[in-house]
Amino acid sequence: MVKYALKRFVLMLTTLFIITAICFTLIRLLPPAQLPVGDPHADVVRARREALGYNKPILVQFGLYLKGIFTRWDWGISDKLYLGQSVGPLFISKLPATMLVNLYSIIFSIPIGIILGVFAALKKNTWADHSISTLTMVVISVPSFVYAFLIQYFLSYKIGLFPFVMKGGTDYFSPSMFVSMLPAVMSLSFGTIAGFTRTTRAELTEVLTSEFMLLARTKGLTKRQATVRHAFKNCMVVIVPGIFGSFVGILGGSFIIEKIFSVPGVGSLYINSINGRDYPMFMMLTIFYTAIGLVSGIVVDISYGFIDPRIRMGSKK
Amino acid sequence: MEKNTNEHIAPDMFEFAQKDAFLHDEKFKTKARGYFADALLRFKKNKSSVVAAWIIGFLILFAIFAPIISNYSVNDKDVVYTNYPPYIPSIAKKNIGMFDGSYTLNSQSEMQLASLRAIGEETGMDPVIKILETFETHSKYRGQDRVSYSYRVKVNSYFMEGIRTLVLSYEEYERIQQFQNETGIQVLYPMVEKTDIYVKAKEGADLSGAADNPNIWYQCEDLKGNALLDADGNRIPAYSTNQAKTYGEYHSQRIPSDPGNYIYNFVKSGSVQVRICYYNYYTYKNGHEPSYIMGTDTMGRDLFCSIGMGARFSLVFALIVSAINLTIGAIYGAIQGYYGGAIDMVLDRIADVLSGVPFIVVTTLFQLHLAQKVGTVPSFLFAFVLTGWIGMAALTRKQFYRFKGQEYVLAAKTLGASDKRLMFKHIFPNSLGTIITSCVLVIPGVISSETSLVYLGIVNLSDFAGTSIGELMSQGQAAMTTSPHAMLFPSLFVSLLLISFNLFGNGLRDAFNPSTRGTEG
Repeated sequence: MVKYALKRFVLMLTTLFIITAICFTLIRLLPPAQLPVGDPHADVVRARREALGYNKPILVQFGLYLKGIFTRWDWGISDKLYLGQSVGPLFISKLPATMLVNLYSIIFSIPIGIILGVFAALKKNTWADHSISTLTMVVISVPSFVYAFLIQYFLSYKIGLFPFVMKGGTDYFSPSMFVSMLPAVMSLSFGTIAGFTRTTRAELTEVLTSEFMLLARTKGLTKRQATVRHAFKNCMVVIVPGIFGSFVGILGGSFIIEKIFSVPGVGSLYINSINGRDYPMFMMLTIFYTAIGLVSGIVVDISYGFIDPRIRMGSKK
Repeated sequence: MEKNTNEHIAPDMFEFAQKDAFLHDEKFKTKARGYFADALLRFKKNKSSVVAAWIIGFLILFAIFAPIISNYSVNDKDVVYTNYPPYIPSIAKKNIGMFDGSYTLNSQSEMQLASLRAIGEETGMDPVIKILETFETHSKYRGQDRVSYSYRVKVNSYFMEGIRTLVLSYEEYERIQQFQNETGIQVLYPMVEKTDIYVKAKEGADLSGAADNPNIWYQCEDLKGNALLDADGNRIPAYSTNQAKTYGEYHSQRIPSDPGNYIYNFVKSGSVQVRICYYNYYTYKNGHEPSYIMGTDTMGRDLFCSIGMGARFSLVFALIVSAINLTIGAIYGAIQGYYGGAIDMVLDRIADVLSGVPFIVVTTLFQLHLAQKVGTVPSFLFAFVLTGWIGMAALTRKQFYRFKGQEYVLAAKTLGASDKRLMFKHIFPNSLGTIITSCVLVIPGVISSETSLVYLGIVNLSDFAGTSIGELMSQGQAAMTTSPHAMLFPSLFVSLLLISFNLFGNGLRDAFNPSTRGTEG
């Protein structure tokens, strides 16, 4: 198991390195953001690019970039949005908003999702199951920004329950901040709830019809005992890795929701860095999002092994 | 052992039971059912998928025909009627509360209501549809009880525009007069002057602070715009008769109350300033009354047509993407699955690296690098293709692993079939159903990410397709509080499309799933 995990980890690092190298090359090859004709800063910008090493060969630039990261934790200096500021600390300052919004969302939605899924599976083929399944289907299909619109229009505008956008400032744990986060949290939750409901329902219905459940009943367990002790455990093999995956995913967040509710998070930073042509920022966020994706993949795969001894045994072969 | 007593029967003693017919197997009375016919049969049993298929068909028809049947093209922009609610004149006249361009104004004072009524009085098109609520407020003013009213009013926003002041060229002015003569629709209205409106203001008083509203055509008692009423309670017109300020001869129809000396323009250097009724001016400009089934968007375009155009793009784009991904993925997955071993591993690593790059990064890089050279849409397409085929390849690979060990493949191999023939004639057709099904499920994914990326402003499609659903949504969101319809219709369209595509795809998947085969019908 450890060997497998290590192998996956090394593979992940290699993948990350290759992607970073490719993206670095592509981003450095981009022409600098256009200045207006006759801009007095043209010379300064040229001198800055020269000083920052933009005119060296790409490979040397890449080496310098990696060296900066590993020796000084220096991710470069923003050259457009936050001119002259270091990218690293800026990024860190944007993390809490994204993380909190996503954290609230999954804390809120995972239990609801699982409970709905279990309920639907236990009441299979009744009207309750059908309505839950249909709703899940609809909710999964509709993109999250449609919920965001609905919530913003009805709850924020018509009823006036919440503010339109998230509050500014850094008092992340104040009650007013929490309330202003709620629309974003709710918009994110719909999809998560539906996803967990669907997985739980599918998994549990399958487990419930398997033969060891019959055995459990024949050896004298009540339906409740059999379900709780045998079915749930097996069903969790699929659900728990999903939960781990969502927890890694909270770092990434959602671009659209952050834009709609003006969450001052990583997603908006990324969109702004693209629209503002802030390449050092863009480069760092590219590495960040790639890493998040890869790590969550690994976490899901490895947690399968941790949870299910059968998978652990299988990997030894 | 018993002795065979029949040994010496002569052959000619035997007789055929049926002399005139050969015995053979009975032919199947039922028709042989192929793989796809079988799947179709099972698909039809799934009611929700069939409904979804109908909805998809309807939405596709909408995408094809909406821009054709609409009175407008996607380039028709109106500068005044922006974000206006749905309005169809013929239905609005029936007053059934639909398509009447209605908009609810909250807390309108008496004066505001009166000025709305005044618009109706002048142009003959009353913007007030209904007074929904009347609020009474009591207040003390210098020791006396005063009652004031405010209203919640449902108005026709198209009529509410009323009169606007425009500066036109002489030729345009002549053309409008001609149009008036031909159709009898009053576009031009007599001019008014501030000095005529605020007659009660002292001679030489400063009128710059007075309400400057082209819809005021009556005398006012104060600078705020409260109308001065005559003994019968009617407004007193303040139309100008100052012939010195007008250009040329007015030779078209006059408003009914005109004694014949009102002037219809003010001379401005080289052009004329006129008061036009915007609704009728619109009719003059476009040849028909404003008629927007879904209202207008922020740029004054017909939403019905815009959504149709956006939908055309989305659907065609998604189809192309999934077709390309199917081709690349199938070939890649076939090679992986068929050869296996080292080739499989190397190709798998490549796919791994590619799938590790977040999609939004791919799109951004392609837009930044290629959009200038090959255009926005091709570079957007490349972005979708670069990582999109991986899922398809994995699926094909799995199918190939499943089929390649089977006896019929071995048999074909023994007969000397080449690798290519084995892959694409013998194995691939067996996995076709599954692959096509997942192709259908790719379409909603493509549409959803395309809409999101356009919404985020990373990709700008308006130069190519005129507009797109994502763009309409992002504009709609900005104007959400005043005109919810601008957000509602695009969202509704996308949601409906995605839901039905997912339902349809799931139905297909179940129908093609071999494990359910033969269980019914």
